[in-house]
Amino acid sequence: MNFYAIKAIYLFEMARTWRTLMQSIASPVLSTSLYFIVFGSAIGSRMASIDGVSYGAFIVPGLIMLSILTESISNASFGIYMPKFSGTIYELLSAPISALETVIGYVGAAATKSVIIGIIILVTARLFVDFSIQHPFWMIAFLVLTSITFSLFGFIIGIWADSFQKLQVVPLMIVTPLAFLGGSFYSINMLPPFWQTVALFNPVVYLVSGFRWSFFGVADVGVGLSLAMTLVFMLTCLAAVWWIFRTGYKIKA
Amino acid sequence: MKPLESPHMPRPTGASDPIITVSSLSKTYASGFQALKTVDLTIRRGEIFALLGPNGAGKTTLISIVCGIVNPSTGQVTADGHDIIRDYRAARTKIGLVPQELTTDAFESVWATVNFSRGLFGKPPNPAYIEKILKDLSLWEKRDSKIMTLSGGMKRRVMIAKALSHEPTILFLDEPTAGVDVELRRDMWNMVRALRENGVTIILTTHYIEEAEEMADRIGVINKGEIILVEDKNVLMQKLGKKQLTLHLQSPLSTLPTELQSESLQLSADGTELVYTFDTQSNETGIAGLLRRLNEQGIDFKDLQTSESSLEEIFVSLVRGRP
Repeated sequence: MNFYAIKAIYLFEMARTWRTLMQSIASPVLSTSLYFIVFGSAIGSRMASIDGVSYGAFIVPGLIMLSILTESISNASFGIYMPKFSGTIYELLSAPISALETVIGYVGAAATKSVIIGIIILVTARLFVDFSIQHPFWMIAFLVLTSITFSLFGFIIGIWADSFQKLQVVPLMIVTPLAFLGGSFYSINMLPPFWQTVALFNPVVYLVSGFRWSFFGVADVGVGLSLAMTLVFMLTCLAAVWWIFRTGYKIKA
Repeated sequence: MKPLESPHMPRPTGASDPIITVSSLSKTYASGFQALKTVDLTIRRGEIFALLGPNGAGKTTLISIVCGIVNPSTGQVTADGHDIIRDYRAARTKIGLVPQELTTDAFESVWATVNFSRGLFGKPPNPAYIEKILKDLSLWEKRDSKIMTLSGGMKRRVMIAKALSHEPTILFLDEPTAGVDVELRRDMWNMVRALRENGVTIILTTHYIEEAEEMADRIGVINKGEIILVEDKNVLMQKLGKKQLTLHLQSPLSTLPTELQSESLQLSADGTELVYTFDTQSNETGIAGLLRRLNEQGIDFKDLQTSESSLEEIFVSLVRGRP
């Protein structure tokens, strides 16, 4: 195992985060805080509680998950896309480093950043709404698993994209709608039966549901199913990354 | 720029000891373009090998395959005895690459990017060694500068520093002096020689024939994906080099007298010069006979000069199929 290479990539990516602190951390924290002010404090105070949880508190896990998904994808995709764009990927391809080590470096850094953002948003949310965490271990587990899984997904997008526009297409056109319709702001039990069934095809439902369960002990779907679906998506992404490096898809002629 | 040294680099061993072997290597891209057709090549340990070829000849593809950037279609390559695919870690650890394009991380500092390269190649941090490289390449004063603020020449040096950061024994320089000024070009030549003195095998591609003529021990010519010639530079110059004798005539000639007509002798367009081409390797150059025949024809000349084919002329002849 080339630990020095993993460390080099990881620190390089984290250095980029610290260099762009406003964009990397302050911006998502600010935008999520605005959600809390509008939907939590302002509108939330006029809404009924859901499953015994105040609306302001109810949306906390969903909003954290929304940020985690978008930031994980954004960080990981940008991290691997930039070397492709600038041409510095030649160094990565010519280095004595395996696909696994490359992925650990890039995805590890992107996931770390997402976890940091998630925790900052969590602390920020506590300033606006009152809530407690019933299952802290599982909260951290879902946070880390989701960060890793969607960083892997972002890594795949970064490899696939050959323009900045493509880099934005999946996060903006697919992931954000799925996150908004995945129960971030409501329980899918509030939907008509037909749309409840449709919602079950949205993978984000399982992530938000599991994460919310770790906070309040209530969930739209069983927590075991949420965990299983997260792991399935992670394994799917790992398989795709393995295939990419095996074939050299979009990175090696 | 000071001569580069590395405490870890071995002195050159035998000149015929192969360090890179390329066997039956071919590459056809997905588009169907065949960039390499069954290339066989051996690079000797400790030599400076210049790979010449016109644009699109396959130089960069060949280098990219050896370095692991491009997958070969068929064939085998070993670097210092290690197969570049089966034993890629050991092979790549030996190799440093300075690509043609100035591809750097614009927002990183010089110090950070060179240390990053060292780590990427699996080497533990060694600030003293990195400091030495940067000082040797006259980059030490710029170590905290962002790369985007550097001049083109400085960026080129950063690329070299990155390639040397993991102490490679094989260094590929793909058009190392493209777009750099004369002074820096000379500096780089000195640096390359110093690296060779310290046991580093250098493979360079260049469009500047002068560069190959100045530095290379051996020269390979690649054209249309095939190695058409590999030869010691001096032998090549002797073998293919032709000399020309130019006679400046006392009085212009309208035509060449029939008695003098031959493929080797040409009359200039204005009739004031006779140009005689002869083989430097031949025992009989024919100069004495020519001068005698000129005397018999009553053709006087007021001056004469000889000139030798440059490597550039040899190269042009080779790629045009007229050796």
